Amino acid sequence: MIPELGHYALVLALGLALIQGVVPVIGARKGDATLMQLANSTAMMQFLFVAISFGALTACYVTSDFSVATVYENSHSMMPLIYKFTSVWGNHEGSMLLWVLILSLFGAAVAAFGVNLPASLKALVLAVQSWIATAFYLFILFTSNPFLRIANPPFEGRDLNPILQDPGLAIHPPLLYLGYVGFSIAFSFAIAALIEGRIDAAWARWVRPWTLAAWMFLTVGIAMGSYWAYYELGWGGFWFWDPVENASLMPWLAGTALLHSAVVMEKRNALKVWTVLLAILAFSLSLIGTFLVRSGVLTSVHAFATDPTRGVFILGILVLFIGGALTLFAWRAPMLKQGGLFAPISREGALVFNNLFLTTACATVFVGTLYPLALEAVNGDKISVGGPFFDVTFAPLFIPLMFAMPFGPLLAWKRGDILGVAQRLMAAFGVAIVAITVTFAAMGSKAALAPFGIGLALFVMAGAVVDLAERSALFRVSFRTALRRGFGLPRSTFGTAVAHFGLGVTLLGIVCATTWGEERIVSLKPQQTVSISGYDLTFDGLVPREGPNFREQAAKFTVREGGVLIGVMAPSKRSFPSRSMTTTEAALMTRGASQLYLSLGDANADGSIAIRLYHKPLVLLTWLGAVIMAFGGALSLSDRRLRVGAPKPAAKTAMQPAE
Amino acid sequence: MTRKQRRLVLIGGSLAVLATALALVLSALRDSIVFFNSPTDIVEKHVAPGTRIRLGGLVKDGSLTRGSDLHISFKVTDGKTDVPVTYQGIVPDLFREGQGVVAEGTVEPGGTVKADTVLAKHDERYMPREVVDALKKSGRWQESTGELAGAKPR
Repeated sequence: MIPELGHYALVLALGLALIQGVVPVIGARKGDATLMQLANSTAMMQFLFVAISFGALTACYVTSDFSVATVYENSHSMMPLIYKFTSVWGNHEGSMLLWVLILSLFGAAVAAFGVNLPASLKALVLAVQSWIATAFYLFILFTSNPFLRIANPPFEGRDLNPILQDPGLAIHPPLLYLGYVGFSIAFSFAIAALIEGRIDAAWARWVRPWTLAAWMFLTVGIAMGSYWAYYELGWGGFWFWDPVENASLMPWLAGTALLHSAVVMEKRNALKVWTVLLAILAFSLSLIGTFLVRSGVLTSVHAFATDPTRGVFILGILVLFIGGALTLFAWRAPMLKQGGLFAPISREGALVFNNLFLTTACATVFVGTLYPLALEAVNGDKISVGGPFFDVTFAPLFIPLMFAMPFGPLLAWKRGDILGVAQRLMAAFGVAIVAITVTFAAMGSKAALAPFGIGLALFVMAGAVVDLAERSALFRVSFRTALRRGFGLPRSTFGTAVAHFGLGVTLLGIVCATTWGEERIVSLKPQQTVSISGYDLTFDGLVPREGPNFREQAAKFTVREGGVLIGVMAPSKRSFPSRSMTTTEAALMTRGASQLYLSLGDANADGSIAIRLYHKPLVLLTWLGAVIMAFGGALSLSDRRLRVGAPKPAAKTAMQPAE
Repeated sequence: MTRKQRRLVLIGGSLAVLATALALVLSALRDSIVFFNSPTDIVEKHVAPGTRIRLGGLVKDGSLTRGSDLHISFKVTDGKTDVPVTYQGIVPDLFREGQGVVAEGTVEPGGTVKADTVLAKHDERYMPREVVDALKKSGRWQESTGELAGAKPR
């Protein structure tokens, strides 16, 4: 009964989406307020029905109803409750349902919070949102129905893939989807603007909070995914340039560019056409990401889908929406009025610089990800493009970008003074130079690029601090006045500084962990000791343990630092009888922002066990930086001017400072 | 600056960045990509020693030997040809005889592949796609049987 209810609710949502995709557009054409307002209620109802559908599927998983095919394939009655929840989206069908759930959530949010959007724009935005939803409802209902029943229900399920049985899976996909799908709002706004043939600074003000929210979620989602891969896959790496990772990085790069160009559009009414294009691209890249992951064209753990009809269907959606949007863009964009001009050295110029490098970096990732697929399609050659490719293409583009980052916020709008800014950044340069010198001195002849990486990271971080200090006129007025001015700064100013600081922190983490990280791969007998970076680990022996749906062999290690006992690490090998599969659970010991990382290899006949041990200095900064970036986004989002649904500023004050 | 000059700076700067990126991408595509080969490819194409490749196939039954210091050697087969592989380190959980494997490394003068990375499938239902293709080419792939049909359509 419950699965049928879920299925039926999804069909109803499709019906509503069809209405919402047509009626408001007619309303907007005719200027009929009633028809336009219809979109509000359908958007909310759509969300309600998809939520019912999602709830029904969740109920099937929680009650272990193995008569439903996806539950049988991906769940097990002995699984802990949390994994029964998370296995809802730990498979192709369920994760697509999560996708449309989030899509309809965003639609409902626009309907609910977009109170002061112009009626016709809102109607069109919701209509476009509905077109996307329609395509994905059809995709789910025709190719990936999660509610299909099995005629003779088995007694026990096949269990969730053990490497997905991890709290990371509870958080990573929903966050990532909130980011991916969040860009659909910017896309819908762009299409609506193109249809209306009208676009202004207010448009940017409406788009920016949605983009910012999506960007925050995507930032944390990517970081979570990276941390999950780090501790779950047992290789100690946090970024593999895997196509699936790239699929989430590309929308992030385009979305970051969009955030910055929308600022120019809002403040200076310039870069309009470009901003619209970026809005289309950010979501197109999200769709491409969905296609790459969901169609099974890639060799990867994420490729659940192996059925070619799905791939073709998503490819169809891709061509329809990206092709349609770009065609509409080519046709209508010339009609949009061009905005103001500015000098190359100015805040606008800095933001253009940002956009140029971000989009180019995004393009290199795009090439590196899709070239192997294209090559194979053309002549059948199979190649792999990995780390080395991106090290020499992506990194050289990101270095100038990060170097320019502290300059941007300090430059004035319209016409900036780069020498003046450089002078104000003296303190940041000082910090960077000291850092470079110290690292060079410490590393001696081994030093290569690492000192510059550290210098750059500290320059970015110090630059963000200088930005805030300059704005509050610290050291120029009395401390109290500076403090008061500092608190009076708009939240978005803090947001910028915090987010930029976060990127510096991430870079610092990456450079430190890769440069000074140590690795030991050895085979140990009980009571033998291995040393790494001042820590001594003694292997005490193997301990068998029982989990709810697995058995595990844990290897106990006592960890000493300078002879003092500081703790126990117990990495393990879990075997899941339901899937006759083994996973390696790494053990982590956090010391400040650094980590000891221990994972197991095979046990040998003589009682020894192979281990892989890493010391990763400051590695936690890599992900902490992303969290700081997202926090910066949240600060900016809480700024009054940007608040979703904030009333229009009463009347433009005569002298608004070009902040 | 006039309107025209500003536009020139913008366009010129963009082109310069794009050209640099293009040059980087093209040179990287020449130097840092790795071709995938089946065991038969390696023998038939006479891959030169020192070339970096990815080799995919099944770990041949009975070919796995473990030495000291985590050294292992095994043969990768596609049913027609076997290629010996050596590796030092820890192999993935699902690395077993008779299972799909992808080894990345360099071809040694004797035709052995010295791997620095060994990848196995992540899940018992999933087979690296490259391996599937290699097996299909050599005719070892049977869509109907469960044993090798790791990627069987659901």
